[in-house]
Amino acid sequence: MRVGKLQMQLAALNDFKDRMLIRMILENERIEQRVLKPMKKMKWSDIFEWLIERVFFICAMFAVFSVAAITIFIFIKGLPAIREIGVLNFTLGSKWKPSANLFGILPMIAGSIFATIGAIAIGVPVGIFTAVFLAEVAPPKVANLVRPAVELLAGIPSVLYGFFGLVVIVPLVSDVFGGAGYSLLTASFILGVMILPTIISLSEAALRAVPNEYKEGALALGSSHINAVFTVLMPAAKSGIVAAIILGVGRAIGETMAVMLVAGNTPRIPGSILDPIRTMTTNIAMEMNYAVDLHFDALFGTGVVLFVFIMILNLVTYFFVHRNTAK
Amino acid sequence: MKTKDRILKSLLYISTFVTVGVLLWIIGYILIKGVAHISWGFLSTSQTSEYNGILPIIISTLYLVFLGVVVATPIGVFAAIYLTEYAKQGRIVKVIRFATESLGAIPSIVFGLFGLIFFVVILRLQRSLVAGALTVTIMVLPTIIRATEEALKSVPREYREGSFALGASKFRTIFKVILPSAIPGILSAIILTIGRIVGESAAVFLTAGMVPRMPRGIFDPGRTLSVHMYILASEGISFDEAYATAVVLVVIVLIVNFAANKAVNLLKRSRMAS
Repeated sequence: MRVGKLQMQLAALNDFKDRMLIRMILENERIEQRVLKPMKKMKWSDIFEWLIERVFFICAMFAVFSVAAITIFIFIKGLPAIREIGVLNFTLGSKWKPSANLFGILPMIAGSIFATIGAIAIGVPVGIFTAVFLAEVAPPKVANLVRPAVELLAGIPSVLYGFFGLVVIVPLVSDVFGGAGYSLLTASFILGVMILPTIISLSEAALRAVPNEYKEGALALGSSHINAVFTVLMPAAKSGIVAAIILGVGRAIGETMAVMLVAGNTPRIPGSILDPIRTMTTNIAMEMNYAVDLHFDALFGTGVVLFVFIMILNLVTYFFVHRNTAK
Repeated sequence: MKTKDRILKSLLYISTFVTVGVLLWIIGYILIKGVAHISWGFLSTSQTSEYNGILPIIISTLYLVFLGVVVATPIGVFAAIYLTEYAKQGRIVKVIRFATESLGAIPSIVFGLFGLIFFVVILRLQRSLVAGALTVTIMVLPTIIRATEEALKSVPREYREGSFALGASKFRTIFKVILPSAIPGILSAIILTIGRIVGESAAVFLTAGMVPRMPRGIFDPGRTLSVHMYILASEGISFDEAYATAVVLVVIVLIVNFAANKAVNLLKRSRMAS
């Protein structure tokens, strides 16, 4: 009985094999015909492929062209003004009075740097702790609620941050600390919130990139989880976290509209955190629409200084990230 | 030791709470304060004696978004295709990557300065929606390139190998196999781009102008929602209008974020299924 069944199956299998063989032979012939026939046409499609690759390449080079063009045009327009005013008078001059032909942007450089330091003081600890929470402590369900919130924070336009700062934080600072409320403190707070998403998402990625064995080793040696996170995981993720902070610095220095609405914009070096400040970015944005001649060019000069700041930060991050991946 | 652990742990919770809390504070405050000032007339009319409707502002914003997306998407997607499908690791790719990263780090006001001198003055576009759109195009390129690259990288290698094994050319493989299965990712990139263009103000007001008039074409100047928001807030003449405009912006941001997340989830789910 069983032998008979097996023989039947074998016969069916053989039949199937034969049919497949015939089909494969036929298929092969068809493929050969197809391959042999268009041999002459191959060249055209080769040219087409080559052309397409060039088009893609040019699109990829677009970013390079853009960066080059931006650099060149900003410098062409800004450098002559800096030369005319004098490099030292321009960068170290503490008086900005376009009507009196005084173009010193030291107050703006100071304003940008102070505001950024303030933003870092507020944004970095909160951001890194949140990143640790997301990467290590949070149950998946909670993390899945917090992460979209962080993304949303990144999606809010800067002008809305500025508006919120104007109607909520400025009066709050004024009530609590006195003064007008338009201050270095207010600007720092808003900037600190604005750089949170950058710092959180990049630090979290850096923490997650650390091999699990590091932490497990520490745990095996009897360290508590939190202790392992802070003494093993964080040092191992250091370069990624530093890169996140530098990117945050870049965002804070470059932010314009939010700062303009809350900082008071007086071109004077602030004496305390409750004094108003004017940053390099707001200096450009505030006066660009009515500036002419040397004043106009001096604003581009401000752009040059800002650009140099950003490019230095950029190079530093690039090398940090590279050193990180090289390991 | 234990108290130190406890302090650190509670710091983690507090920080997360602060992060989420600030977000809810901002969005909640604007929605609660602003919803009362929103009306159909406000959204659908130009200036009337009653109030300043924002229809011209919305139209200008749509122009800018449409132009920006139409120009930036092909360039960005093609660039990403080159980087993931064609480029071999080498100096030129390093240069492209560095440039893309730099472009992402340049502040928007610098883009504004560049657009002002290049598109507005040298190309004689005046302050117009075209000039603004071209400026934001350069700005959003890194976003599109990065997101599209992610989407392309997530396409399994087997798809490509299968397509090549069937004798398809590289071009066919890219357009018939790889791109279709990366579409949700690219879609999410485009949605994020829309969000960035709507939210951009510093680069736009220097290049597209601030005229609150109905644009008659792309060579007219226009005032976008974000620029309008800034002007209302800084002039402080009508805070009711400012709140209402803020609500419109918040709603757009919420929709954009939701839609982008949906698209990404779509991509993930289709990968899981395959």
